[in-house]
Amino acid sequence: MTNGQIAVKVRFFAAPREAIGTGEIEVEIPTGSTVGDLIDLLTEEYPALRTYTRFISVAVNRGYVGMQNVLHDGDEVACLPPVGGG
Amino acid sequence: MVERAFQITEEDIFVDAVVARLADPAIGAVITFVGVVRGVTEGRQVHYLEYEAYPGMAESVLRQIGDEIRARWETIREVAIVHRVGRLQVGETAVVIALSAAHRHEVFDAVHYAIDRIKEIGPIWKKEVWADGAEWRSEGG
Repeated sequence: MTNGQIAVKVRFFAAPREAIGTGEIEVEIPTGSTVGDLIDLLTEEYPALRTYTRFISVAVNRGYVGMQNVLHDGDEVACLPPVGGG
Repeated sequence: MVERAFQITEEDIFVDAVVARLADPAIGAVITFVGVVRGVTEGRQVHYLEYEAYPGMAESVLRQIGDEIRARWETIREVAIVHRVGRLQVGETAVVIALSAAHRHEVFDAVHYAIDRIKEIGPIWKKEVWADGAEWRSEGG
C-alpha cells in the first residue's frame, strides 16, 4: 500500500459479476474516498459496469450504505444490483 | 430466538422442518409461505432458475426482517426464513417463511410483509434460464 492510499475488497454479484467476469477484486484508492468515488473509478476501469451503476446499491462490511459513505482500509464493498429473491 | 432460524442453503428446503424450528408450547398458530419455482414467466418456458446470495449479509438481512416483524406485530413469537441458492428446477421450493403466534390474528399481514421485504432488501438474485436465453430478474423488471 502506497502512501495516502487505502486498499478495499470489492465484490460483485449476478449480472455485473458476469459482465466483468469476476466476483471479487482488490482496489487501491486515495484515503478519504467515498463509495461514489470508488464506483466512478470502477466504471472507468470496467466500462461493462456502466449499464449497471445507475441501479446499484452498495454495502460496506455487509450493511447498506449511501454513496457519500467514506471508505476505510480493509473495507469489503459490495456492488449489489437490484435484488430479486423469493 | 430459534437456532438457525435465518438461513441460506444449497440443500432442499422442507416446510415441516422449518416449522419444527418454531416449536413452543405458547403458540396456537403457525403460518407459512412457500415460494416455488414457476415453470412459465411472461409466456416463456423456464428451464431452471439460478439463485445467488451475498453470503453473510443475506442471513443478517433475513434476521433483520425477523426483528422488524416482531417489533411491528407484538403477537408474533418466532420467525424463521430459509432461502435456497444454486440451481433450482421448476416446482422446487426457493423460500420458506414461517411465523408463530399465540393466536391467528395478524399472522397473515406479517407473512405478507416478510415476503415483500425479502424481495425489497434481501441481497439475493435470481437468473431465469430458458431454452433460448437467460436473464437476471429483479422486482423492478
